Amino acid sequence: MTPYWEHFAHGADIGVRGFGSTKAQAFEQAALALTAVIVDPAAVAPREAVAVECEAPDDELLLADWLNRLIYEMAIRDMLFSRFAVELYEHRLAAQVWGEGTDLQRHHPAVEIKGATYTALAVKPVAGGWVVQTVVDV
Amino acid sequence: MDLQRLNCRSEYEWEIPARGAMRVPVVIFGSEALLRDMDDKVYEQAANVAALPGIVGASYAMPDAHWGYGFPIGGVAAFDADEGGVVSAGGVGFDISCGVRCLRTGLTRADILPVQRRLAEALYAHIPAGVGSHGAIRLDARETDAMLARGARWAVDRGWGWEADLERVEEGGAMAGAEPRQVSPEAKKRQRDEMGTLGSGNHYLEVQEVTAVYDTAIAAAYGLIPGDVVVMIHCGSRGLGHQIGTEFLKRMAIAASQEGIALPDRELACAPLNSEVGQEYLGAMRAAINCALANRQILTHLVRQVFSDVVPAARLALLYDVSHNTCKVEEHRVDGRKRRLYVHRKGATRAFGPGHPELPKSLQATGQPVLIGGSMGTGSYVLAGTRESEERAFSSACHGAGRAMSRHQASKIWHGRQVIDELASRGILIRSPSWRGVAEEAPGAYKDVAAVVDSADAAGLARKVARLEPLVCVKG
Repeated sequence: MTPYWEHFAHGADIGVRGFGSTKAQAFEQAALALTAVIVDPAAVAPREAVAVECEAPDDELLLADWLNRLIYEMAIRDMLFSRFAVELYEHRLAAQVWGEGTDLQRHHPAVEIKGATYTALAVKPVAGGWVVQTVVDV
Repeated sequence: MDLQRLNCRSEYEWEIPARGAMRVPVVIFGSEALLRDMDDKVYEQAANVAALPGIVGASYAMPDAHWGYGFPIGGVAAFDADEGGVVSAGGVGFDISCGVRCLRTGLTRADILPVQRRLAEALYAHIPAGVGSHGAIRLDARETDAMLARGARWAVDRGWGWEADLERVEEGGAMAGAEPRQVSPEAKKRQRDEMGTLGSGNHYLEVQEVTAVYDTAIAAAYGLIPGDVVVMIHCGSRGLGHQIGTEFLKRMAIAASQEGIALPDRELACAPLNSEVGQEYLGAMRAAINCALANRQILTHLVRQVFSDVVPAARLALLYDVSHNTCKVEEHRVDGRKRRLYVHRKGATRAFGPGHPELPKSLQATGQPVLIGGSMGTGSYVLAGTRESEERAFSSACHGAGRAMSRHQASKIWHGRQVIDELASRGILIRSPSWRGVAEEAPGAYKDVAAVVDSADAAGLARKVARLEPLVCVKG
């Protein structure tokens, strides 16, 4: 499966969904979908690397944790991310993510994300790979 | 929503009787037309809330209810700690104590029109709004804890506001029981640059005109006359609240499975009130309420600075400050007995009626102002709490128009520039750093706020007092 991401509608907010031939790839695509809620990921240069780690008792909570960790890093570093390399272990995720400082003139960020919710939260196999998704509160 | 699935209790009150895992019924307020258009997810989510341990009375949905997270947005539910009741981080939401504050200006439309553009530019320049905007105030660890403990009272002590403001803020400006030590270092760090910022999404600051009065006596007591100009601020506890919500949602999801609480939806993550996680959440959540109150107080100070520069005759007095994402301990009479309950309001406004002991003397005769934010192009409303509201839904009313479509759909239909131009042609000046943000918040993406407010009034949740229409909107 060629990895890709998409958004899906939620009554008040927006859903992020990632597809990949591996679970880790699907997690990476969900992260791209997260960035795309704020800005076109193509407009974000992968200049600076940040290491991200998280742990959770199951895959679904790990996905929410991963996205929440990115939301946190974006907030405190004032950065946007456009490239993600995820490694998954049992109940643990380790990633390198690349991005750049938010440039209001160039990026025109549309919205700030408050958090990744557990609404429509899923990590499941599909033909040829994995799909992962959740709704984010903006 | 299919009305066949509901019992009609009265023209504006509908019931889903308790069945299956539900411990109490669901009661949805609204006209037949609003309920027909209401998302089926409201039915499902309100019924899920009705199944939570220790819930008292009913699981309520306000006329503006829509699909939320775990709880519907517009959901109200009260829990009794002594009956195994729970507190839910999902039931309060990420934007803890998001709310609305309304300031009277002492000015009229005629005073504003000659300086409308200058005022819009000055507010936009002076009020940090949108993604990546930073406030000018930096707090060290000690000051952060002081702010988290004392809310708007802390801000007034530091010179950001007037002593008289405090009686017009719920809880007198300082939420009791806040425990700054329960707020993680990450949450405090996330707030570092965000004191005195508006945020983004549906948050805004508007200059509005009173265009209609429905209850002249209460409006006069509130100081609202047609043609008067007010300022409305909508925002919450910023990054700190979002981080607390995120962290406790996870802890409660894990704790609930350990406690054997079966959750039909993980977003309903909750913990018994009489548990360690439950108590720690209450301490942190109350600190976040104080953060929101302090934030809206600082924004008030910034707005006053702008007005004193642009229209020196202005004197901005606080009408009221309400929070609509909270869990608060309140006494309510249930089946003739007074009980101490933990009332969750997720996208719902507290609406204490006349004579309520928690209201200041100046509002005893009228009841509490209930502030309902509309969308950019439409109106906002001031309502007043009623005595009967307590028996309707633990003294609660709606909080806004409620979205009629997703952001995704809205941004496909409208372009931000087009929305701004169209509103400008109607005399409404929008200032925002993001066109896409404006498109996602286009007036057409929201339900008819007038229909929501009419239903709240007719259902006895709150009494309609005045309608406000925007002249300037700073959109985050």
